[in-house]
Amino acid sequence: MMRRIVMRRIGMRDVAMTSPAALTRSRAWRGPVLMAGVIALAALVPVLIDKQDTLNLLFLICLHITLGQSWNILAGFAGQTSLGHAAFFGIGALVTRTLWLNGMFFPVAFLLSGLAAVAFAMLIGVPTFRLRGAYFAIGTLGIAEVLRITVSQNLPLISTMPAAEIAAYNLTLRYYVALALALTTIGAAALLLRSSWSLGILAVREDEEAAQATGVNVLGHKLLALFISSFFAGLAGGLFAFQQISYYPSAAFSPVWTFDALLITFIGGLGTIGGPVLGAIFFILVRQRLAVTLVEVHQIVFGILFILIVLVFPGGLMGAWDRLRPRAIAEALRSRRQLHKS
Amino acid sequence: MAQNIVYGLFVGGIYGIAAVGLALAFGVMNVLNIAHGELLMFGGYISFWLFSLLGIDPFVSLIICIPALFLIGLLLDRLVYRHVARLRGEAKIKNSLLISFGLVLILQNVAIRLFTADERTTQVSYIGQGINLFGIALPYTRLMGLVIALVTILALHLFLQRTDSGKAIRATAEDWEAAELSGINVPRVYMLTFALGAALAGIAGTLVSVTSSVAPSIGLDWTLKALIVVVLAGTGSIIGAFPAGLLLGLVEALSSIFISASYREVVGLVIFLLVLLIRPQGLFGSREAA
Repeated sequence: MMRRIVMRRIGMRDVAMTSPAALTRSRAWRGPVLMAGVIALAALVPVLIDKQDTLNLLFLICLHITLGQSWNILAGFAGQTSLGHAAFFGIGALVTRTLWLNGMFFPVAFLLSGLAAVAFAMLIGVPTFRLRGAYFAIGTLGIAEVLRITVSQNLPLISTMPAAEIAAYNLTLRYYVALALALTTIGAAALLLRSSWSLGILAVREDEEAAQATGVNVLGHKLLALFISSFFAGLAGGLFAFQQISYYPSAAFSPVWTFDALLITFIGGLGTIGGPVLGAIFFILVRQRLAVTLVEVHQIVFGILFILIVLVFPGGLMGAWDRLRPRAIAEALRSRRQLHKS
Repeated sequence: MAQNIVYGLFVGGIYGIAAVGLALAFGVMNVLNIAHGELLMFGGYISFWLFSLLGIDPFVSLIICIPALFLIGLLLDRLVYRHVARLRGEAKIKNSLLISFGLVLILQNVAIRLFTADERTTQVSYIGQGINLFGIALPYTRLMGLVIALVTILALHLFLQRTDSGKAIRATAEDWEAAELSGINVPRVYMLTFALGAALAGIAGTLVSVTSSVAPSIGLDWTLKALIVVVLAGTGSIIGAFPAGLLLGLVEALSSIFISASYREVVGLVIFLLVLLIRPQGLFGSREAA
C-alpha cells in the first residue's frame, strides 16, 4: 500500500499497478501497443476523414494538450502555480508570427518562439522564484498583464496573413505540426519524470525546506522545470501564430491562455502525464458541444467542475480512474483464484 | 495637473474600498479571493438596475446593495470557503486562490447571461454638475463617492475596534487557534468577515457604476487593482489598505502626466512587482508582521 502511494505520488502510475507478477507478464504489452495505435490513428485522421471541422477540432486538442502539459510541468511537477503562462504563449506567438511573415523559414521561426519564451522565463525566473505559493501566482499574473498591456499599446493593429499565404492555407500540415508538438511535449514530460532530475523537482514540490535541507538545489530545479515548461508554452504560441489567419497580437497574451491551461490540467489530473491529455480532450469536446447551443454555459460548467475538483477530487479524471482501477484488478484476481480452486 | 491629482484621489478612494474588502478576507481568513472583482461587478450591476428600472439614486441604493452583497458573501462562505477553512497557511491560500478562480468563471458568465456583455453606466441627472474650487472641478458624483468611501472606512474601523464582533475578528486574525480556545466561534467569524468583504466590494461596485462603467469582464482588472493595493499596504494590514489605495490612485494620476496615460496600469503593476520582490511586508507593514 505504502509503495503504491509513493509511486503514485511521483507519477509512475504503471509501475505502481504491476505488483502481481502474472498480471505484469500478461498485460505489459498493452500500454505501448495502445499508445502506438492511438498515435497511428491520429496520424491517419487527415487521410481517413475529409472534414475541415473535425481536423480543426483535433488541432485544437493538440494545441491545448501542449498548453496544459507545459503548465503541468511547472505547476504539477515542481509545484509552482504560475498564473503567467500566457506570457510565454504570447511571446512565442509574437516571435513566430513576426519572423515568419517577414520571410523566415517557418521551422526556424517556430523553434525561435520556444527559445524566446525560455529567454524571458529565465529573466523573470530568478526574482519570482523568491516568492512562495500564492505570492508567486499573483506575481507571475502581474508580469503577464504588464506584457499584455504593453503589447496591446504598441501593436494595436490586427495581424493578418498575406493573401498568398491564405490562398495556400493547408490545415492538414498545421494539424501534423500540432500533433508532433503535442507528442513531443508529452514525451518530454514523461522523460523528465523518469530522469534523475525528477527526484529534485518533485522534492521541491513536496517540501521546499526539507529539500533544501537535504542538499537539493531548489532554485536550480525550479528553473529547470520553468525552462522546459516555457519552451513548450512558447512553441504552443508559435503554433497558434502559424494557424490563425488573423488575430490581435495582444490576444495571445490574454490571461485566458493561462486559465485554460489551469482548467485542463486540474480537470485531467495535476502532476500526471495523462492528466493534461485527458483534460484537453474533455475541455475541447465539452466546449465545442456546449458552445453550439449555449454560449457561456460551458464556462459555468467548467467553473463548478473546477471547484469540485479542488475541494473533493484533487486527482481529477486521472484520480477517478486510479480509484476505480485497483478495485477492478482486485476483482479480476479474486475470480482467477476461484477458478484455480475449482 | 492639480485636476489630475484630485481625480487620482477620487479613483484612489474606490481602489481603497475595493482593497480593504480583499484585505479583510486575506488578513483574517488567509483566503485570497480572486473573485473579489466579480463581487464588485455584481454590486455595480445591482445599483445600475435599481437606478434604471426603479429610478433609485445609486447612493441611496447602497442600503439595498450592501445587504445583498453581504448575503452573497455569507452564501459563498457557506458553500465554498468553509471547506478550506481548516487547511494550514500556505495550502489554504493556494487552494482558496484556485477555488476563487473557479468562482470567477461562474460569476463572470452568469453576469454575461443575466446582463449581456454590454458596458453600463449609471447616468444620474446631476452627472456633469459639481463645485468649482480654485479652477478645479469637483463633480458631485465623485465627491459623494469619496465621502462614502471615507464614512465606510471610519465605520469599519470603529466596528473592528469597539464592538465585540470586531474584536473577535481581530483576535481571529492574530491567532485563530488561540481565539477558538478563548471561546470565539471561529467559523462564524470567518463567515462574518467574508460577508463584510463582499459588502465592501458592493460599495466599491456602486461607486464604479456611477463614476465609470460596469461590464461582466471588469472583474480581473479590479481584482488586480485590489491586489496591488493589498501588497502595497502589506498583507495583514486591513485598514491600511485604504491609504494605500489613495496612494495608487495618486501614482496612476502622476504617471499619466509624466509618462503616458496608456501606461498608467503598467506603472501600478510594476510597483506591485517591485514591492512584492523587495519589500514583501508592504510599505506600511513592519517586518514582524510579514
